[in-house]
Amino acid sequence: MIIAERKPFDEIKQEILNYKKVLVLGCGTCVSVCMAGGEKEVELLATELRMAAKIAGKELVVDEMTVQRQCDKEYVEAVIEKAAQYDVVLSMACGAGVQFVAKTIEPAIVMPAVNTKFIGVCEAEGVWAERCRACGNCMLAEYGGICPVTMCSKGLLNGPCGGAKNDKCEASQEKDCAWVLIYNRLKAQGKLDNLRKFTGARNYTFQASPSKQVNEAYVRPELAVKK
Amino acid sequence: MTDNWEPVVIAYLCHFCSYSAADLAGSMRLEYAPNVRISKLMCTGKVDAQFILKAFEDGADAVMVSGCEEGDCHYLEGNLRAKKRIAHVKSLLKEVGLEPERVEMYNIGASDAPKFVRAVNEMTERARKLGPNPLKKKENTVPA
Ligand code: SF4
Ligand code: SF4
Repeated sequence: MIIAERKPFDEIKQEILNYKKVLVLGCGTCVSVCMAGGEKEVELLATELRMAAKIAGKELVVDEMTVQRQCDKEYVEAVIEKAAQYDVVLSMACGAGVQFVAKTIEPAIVMPAVNTKFIGVCEAEGVWAERCRACGNCMLAEYGGICPVTMCSKGLLNGPCGGAKNDKCEASQEKDCAWVLIYNRLKAQGKLDNLRKFTGARNYTFQASPSKQVNEAYVRPELAVKK
Repeated sequence: MTDNWEPVVIAYLCHFCSYSAADLAGSMRLEYAPNVRISKLMCTGKVDAQFILKAFEDGADAVMVSGCEEGDCHYLEGNLRAKKRIAHVKSLLKEVGLEPERVEMYNIGASDAPKFVRAVNEMTERARKLGPNPLKKKENTVPA
């Protein structure tokens, strides 16, 4: 899922400084699971904003709403009517969600309340870790299911670099050397031979941005893209 | 307003220890500050940051959360989770401009009525020193 963290409170206050009616809009999927922008975080942020405004003697209305996903048309369209009653929508979704809402209710003002960090996993309660950089051409089959693009500080496809000490990366003693992990995994799988192969330079055209993905089987005829 | 102002202290107490201690304080005829308003929960692990923020938004002057002694939680570690959450709430209070000391975590065993009395009196005194919660005074919402 997409992992995000809430922006510092002062930055958020700054974003809405000139507005009097704010709708804090949560997203019920990724950012809900990583506890950055779901219904609960919406409640907390809205309450904080109301309290801070009241203490400062400022007029501010802060209301709350959370939709299942801010990156999905059917959910975002349900926001249009409500959003029209506010000066600013403070979106707690990832950057994709913020943009999608902004496009849907344009030219209304939409501000981001979280920093979108990475695609990752939940390692333990309250701990998330990056696993994938969405390179567009997954090579996990070759590397025993450990991504060198993401997990190696240098993104080496033909590692290791030789700088690892005690199985830790030379860029940071906090990080495991991805290539030690890859070696150990392949060894356990009896697939060490994989490492004899040379992997050519990464093809960055797989990751041309902004990327688009179309599944013809589901595209409505009137919207079908011309090849 | 401050002339005859009396602080309101909200206490979230766990069912198995701290609430029993409060009950025992009553049975023992111990006296404590009448400023406290008790809310019983099964476990302090249930205490959400929002419960506390909401209490302050609605005008509470102090909030105390009290669970079993550490290591004695009926649900094993609910009170340890609460401890972390209270630390987090303190930082939220600071962000919005309220004194973090307005909220505190206690651990009070079921048989420790005197400790409950001390905790309630301490929070009441603390609230008195800090003065009224500023959120109580001002109305600022404009109609939609
Ligand atoms: S808007 Fe972002 S956070 Fe919300 S579901 Fe979509 S990808 Fe996940
Ligand atoms: S190779 Fe790594 S970055 Fe690329 S898609 Fe696979 S996991 Fe993601």
